[in-house]
Amino acid sequence: MLEPIIGLEVHAELETQSKMFCACPVVDTTQAEPNTAVCPVCAGMPGALPVVNRRAVEYGLRVALALGCEINLASIFARKNYFYPDLPKGYQISQYEQPLARNGRLVISTSQGERVIRIRLVHLEEDTGKLTHVGQAGPAYTLVDLNRAGIPLLEIVTEPDFRTGEEVRGYAQSLRSILRYLGVNSGDLQKGVLRIEPNVSLRPAGQTALGVKVEIKNLNSFRALERGVAYEIQRQSDLLQRGERVRQETVGWDEAREVTFTQRVKEGDEDYHYFPDPDLPPLVIEAAWAEEIRAALPELPAAKSLRFREQYGLNDYDAGLLTAEREVADYFEQAVAAAPEAAPKMVANWITGELFGLLNQAGTSLRECRVPPSALASLVGLVSRGEINQNSAKSVLGEMFTTGQSAESIVASRGLRQVSDTAAIAALVQKALAENPAQVAAYFGGKEAVAQWLFGQVMRAAKGQANPQVVRAELTRQLAERKD
Amino acid sequence: MTALTTLSLAQTAAALRRGDFSSRELTQACLARIARLEPALHAFITVTPELALAQADAADHRLAEWRRLSPPFSSFANGGGPGWGLLGIPIAVKDVLCLKDVRCTAGSRILENFIAPYTATAVERLLAAGVVILGKTNTDEFAMGSSTENSAYGVTHNPWDMSRVPGGSSGGSAAAVAARLAPAALGTDTGGSVRQPAAFCGLTGLKPTYGRVSRYGLIAYGSSLDCVGALARSAEDAAIVFTSMAGRDPQDATTLDVPVETITIRDSTPLADLRVGIPQEYFVAGMQPEVESAVRAAIQTLEALGAVVEPISLPHTQDALPVYYIIAPAEASANLARFDGLRYGPRQPADGLWDVFRNTRGERFGAEVKRRIMLGTYALSTGYYDAWYGQAQRVRALIRQDFEQALARVDVIAAPVTPTTAFSIGAHGDDPLAMYLEDIFTLPANLAGVPALAFPVGFDSRGLPVGMQLMGPHFREDMLLQAAHVFQQATEWHKSSPMV
Ligand SMILES: [Zn+2]
Repeated sequence: MLEPIIGLEVHAELETQSKMFCACPVVDTTQAEPNTAVCPVCAGMPGALPVVNRRAVEYGLRVALALGCEINLASIFARKNYFYPDLPKGYQISQYEQPLARNGRLVISTSQGERVIRIRLVHLEEDTGKLTHVGQAGPAYTLVDLNRAGIPLLEIVTEPDFRTGEEVRGYAQSLRSILRYLGVNSGDLQKGVLRIEPNVSLRPAGQTALGVKVEIKNLNSFRALERGVAYEIQRQSDLLQRGERVRQETVGWDEAREVTFTQRVKEGDEDYHYFPDPDLPPLVIEAAWAEEIRAALPELPAAKSLRFREQYGLNDYDAGLLTAEREVADYFEQAVAAAPEAAPKMVANWITGELFGLLNQAGTSLRECRVPPSALASLVGLVSRGEINQNSAKSVLGEMFTTGQSAESIVASRGLRQVSDTAAIAALVQKALAENPAQVAAYFGGKEAVAQWLFGQVMRAAKGQANPQVVRAELTRQLAERKD
Repeated sequence: MTALTTLSLAQTAAALRRGDFSSRELTQACLARIARLEPALHAFITVTPELALAQADAADHRLAEWRRLSPPFSSFANGGGPGWGLLGIPIAVKDVLCLKDVRCTAGSRILENFIAPYTATAVERLLAAGVVILGKTNTDEFAMGSSTENSAYGVTHNPWDMSRVPGGSSGGSAAAVAARLAPAALGTDTGGSVRQPAAFCGLTGLKPTYGRVSRYGLIAYGSSLDCVGALARSAEDAAIVFTSMAGRDPQDATTLDVPVETITIRDSTPLADLRVGIPQEYFVAGMQPEVESAVRAAIQTLEALGAVVEPISLPHTQDALPVYYIIAPAEASANLARFDGLRYGPRQPADGLWDVFRNTRGERFGAEVKRRIMLGTYALSTGYYDAWYGQAQRVRALIRQDFEQALARVDVIAAPVTPTTAFSIGAHGDDPLAMYLEDIFTLPANLAGVPALAFPVGFDSRGLPVGMQLMGPHFREDMLLQAAHVFQQATEWHKSSPMV
């Protein structure tokens, strides 16, 4: 029986205004014209020197504190030395022996219940440039874009606490959600601003020594992450069961073929000749500053989800769904506040069901949505007061979503308002019973299904605009009255 | 016109303000002297006459404006406030400091066509003060050396004896000032590279406190040791250059926010309160006797001027050499990694990426640079790091502690700059160790980060200048400059100049 041991390294670009060590703007490197956000510092010009971007440190601290880490009050930037065309200085400035923070944790929920994932360290470093290999026709060459070089990167490393691809995915999604809550990273895996790199090894259950580790890169979606890990577990397990050895290497994930492939084979431990960067004094964090940042942390997804369950009586699933994104949670709370008479659960269902459906179909986000929380609240209010029925409400929301009009005006212009007036409905019921004595008699004779037919008659007489619940109640009442 | 170039910087500045001559006339005189002496001296890698004349004209414009708006010049004969002392003054800049749109080689073939895209902060500040830049001076490749013999652009000759080296690595700057091609020059001092050439060329050379002058735009050698300094003909002149470029720079995180006091050099201040420590470890067997006697005589002069002299000990002095030759090369091995032929500088033809790196670096770095890159890379290797780099840092702390303890007892420390006067070109040939020993008296101040000032105190029997250095507490350059100034008021050594 083989047990998979999985650890995770996450690299998150910090969405600061400027780069980690210079004043160049942080741009969307998938969009910007190459080499337009570059200066002597991030281009590694002779004589240029780095200066730490305080905002990047603040962002890093936000994450470290949100993950419950111990903050290192004097961390050190080191030089990680290696030659590569995407590394203009010939070394990457990265924290090494003294990272920004250590010993955090993140609790995730899985189908097997809650799991605690230990965070080994959180450290700051700079991103490298981007290489584009060209040359299908003609001589091959490589283009270097330094727009990305020097963008602040936060590396978040876990202990090898994962056993399944599902856990890895759960952690990655939770972490992404936290990063987005903290406003430090957009969480866009496709653009590579958030890079998740699992390392997978297998060992016989019960053995303490770890097996040979394989690192997986190019995982551009959560689906790829889960599948990549599962594939790698299977691949290694097959190898070991055939009596073969696992090679220590870095593999890439081939999205199309859903397999991993060798990228780089590690021969022993690479020597990066790390040493403290003499250009940067130790990064001293004043305790008061860290405390200030901690105090200003927003309510995080886990806490918010717990509160939603308690305050609004939501179940785990809905609470989780509503709190995964801060925007959704805020939207929900604003809608609940604007619809005091509606059950929060009902508001939740309208958001996670109909509204999410519309957003998905349109491929837009809540931020761009033309239905503000107050408008959704009005719609839910109409439904909960019985003024329109569920089916009408769905089509009204569809129209609100495309036109941005209010629920009231759509209901009015389409004549969808339900009759909930008990007196009017009572009259209709009375009329139906009076006009159909044979069916009433049959009902009292024991054919209870006739009640449904009578209900249909009332609804038809009301041209579908009567509130079905009120009709049903009134019909039951009058039938009972007649029986007596 | 040659007479213009014989004045000190302070005298020149006063004359410019009075309008005795224009900055253009002065600059032309310097350029004419450069044209005449350069073929034999070779102090410059690049001369920038068009730039210099344009800057001189701009300075003349500002000077005319200043004369129009200011009270009679007589009250400004010496001084005139910060920012005026350098207006229109020609200087030379060591070719490791970037100057926008001008070639910057660092004495290396790996940068032979590199045009700097920006200006170093120290240079920028002098430009703001109105200096005229004559050109970029010769240096040992990447400032690694003590003679300029490691320059890829040929050796500079010592104006006192053309068969000898001017010292290094700021040898070009020292030769230029000594030969009166410029009243002052910028150098850099990582292990003595301002002070040793100052001593060899009979100049006053200041290595400021580490972190006092911005390194932004200085092509790095040993980042924790590199200091931008000034070479001039007197302490007073060095003070003017130093105060104009010192101070915190937001672009260099290692500069410190200690205010730069205007150093008012006072002619009549006695040294009555000055306690001068003489470290026994700096008077070693094997040093040239004339150096020792000149330095001891200078100490007596200080005493005669009122200083209180006492023997002190800096017990870790001998450790400075091995510590330096681990730390500086380690830092250099990373600092020089960016020279890979990809983004700037010439690229050696090769098949494939790794051969581009190998060929470019292999063919374009000189032997000494490669030696230090290898030394440094080794010292940082996994498994050896703690024994070499780690241990060197620990001993460095002891050296720093030596200075702290000594400077708690005395105000300044006086010592020779070099064991010998200028040596002959080629004397150390293939013996790097002998060359390294030239720096044993200058390395400790760099490792401790303290300021040190070298100035001339005599000549040997061959007529070669002998230097002495004063070392002081962090950020007390003013104390060193003031003491040297009082010494120079009482002596004539700094006024001698070579017959070139
Ligand atoms: Zn930049």
